[in-house]
Amino acid sequence: MQETYDLIIIGAGPAGLAASIYASRYKLNHLLLGATIGGQINEIRNLENWPGDISVSGYDLLSRFVEHAKSLGVTAQSESVVSVKKNAENLFEVETGKNTHKTRAVIMAMGTEYRKMNIPGEKELTGKGVSYCATCDAMFFRGKVICVVGGGNAAVTSALGLTDFASKVYLIYRGDRLPAEPIWLEKVAANPKIEVIRNTNIIEIKGEQKVENVVLDKAYEDKNHLDVDGVFVEIGSEPGVELARTLGVEIDEQGYIKVSADMSTNISGVFAAGDITTGSNKFRQIITATAEGAIAANGAYKMLKLK
Amino acid sequence: MEKVFTDQNFEAEVLKNDGVVLVDFWAPWCGPCLAMGPIIEELAKELDGKTVVGKINVDENSKTAQDFAIMSIPALKIFKGGKVVQEFVGMQAKEVLKDALEKA
Repeated sequence: MQETYDLIIIGAGPAGLAASIYASRYKLNHLLLGATIGGQINEIRNLENWPGDISVSGYDLLSRFVEHAKSLGVTAQSESVVSVKKNAENLFEVETGKNTHKTRAVIMAMGTEYRKMNIPGEKELTGKGVSYCATCDAMFFRGKVICVVGGGNAAVTSALGLTDFASKVYLIYRGDRLPAEPIWLEKVAANPKIEVIRNTNIIEIKGEQKVENVVLDKAYEDKNHLDVDGVFVEIGSEPGVELARTLGVEIDEQGYIKVSADMSTNISGVFAAGDITTGSNKFRQIITATAEGAIAANGAYKMLKLK
Repeated sequence: MEKVFTDQNFEAEVLKNDGVVLVDFWAPWCGPCLAMGPIIEELAKELDGKTVVGKINVDENSKTAQDFAIMSIPALKIFKGGKVVQEFVGMQAKEVLKDALEKA
């Protein structure tokens, strides 16, 4: 007879790992499933707003979350979830490439994926100068001219990090006012290698074997294109909610899972946490993801054990 | 155990291997590469005896990294008969790589 879990957590980033830590302490028999361990957190070079660490890399912080969750005995498996269905016994069947697991409750914590520009040349030149991870790829652009697309914290911190290697960094933003935190914008203004191009979009990336230039929708210094060796895309992310959608979980107009105060969704037994939800005013920080993970585990515990 | 490829052994171990080889181009400064580490280890264990799975540190082996024009990591390339037949950029799920290797 196959085991029925109390809870399956889908996604092994900050929200999922925090949920697992709480679930273990609530003695919920649970399984943690993730295609990879963490996602976007791994790309953060210096995280400087996690209380208790003045500066820590995303990978190091995540590794501590993993160690903490494992120390409490969780079973973590590297499996991508293909579908979640509710069966006739009111249990959820979580299907992965290899297995079908049964559970009484689910926490969806799959996070978000990079937003792509969806312009000609982007896909073709990915890995050939187009990058979505500045901390990974900065070293390959020593002495080169590059551009960063975006104006939020991720874009601005990427631009700053890239100046350690590149000779010149254009920061291209579609609007006038960059939404990044003022503490970062001050550093950008003080960095002589960064040139900010406002109210401008890239409409095409060109290059034969690798990136050679980008085409702008508005002339900059009288030219409609900019010669660059690399394009770093940092224009935010989108929730990965296909699993939720097919199960009938309510999604808002931007694609985030709608949650109540206890992180429950419209489907009884399904909770959600982290960047994928409408929670925490959509602030989407590690601190809010972990908090939502804790609340979701508490919500699941109350539903399973206290009723 | 996954193999460790270097500029010195790459030709013998990968380019002159008639079979299928998965090469993970990584570097210690790259968080997503570090996070891929356990997945590569598990793949090497599961495919032991069937497919060669290994890693090459691009920081220490710049010649091979340049030969393959690596500009984004983690870069995962599947070689067959010494030629690249499929490549991935960024973190990948274990099954995605396993399926690709079984089909290669």
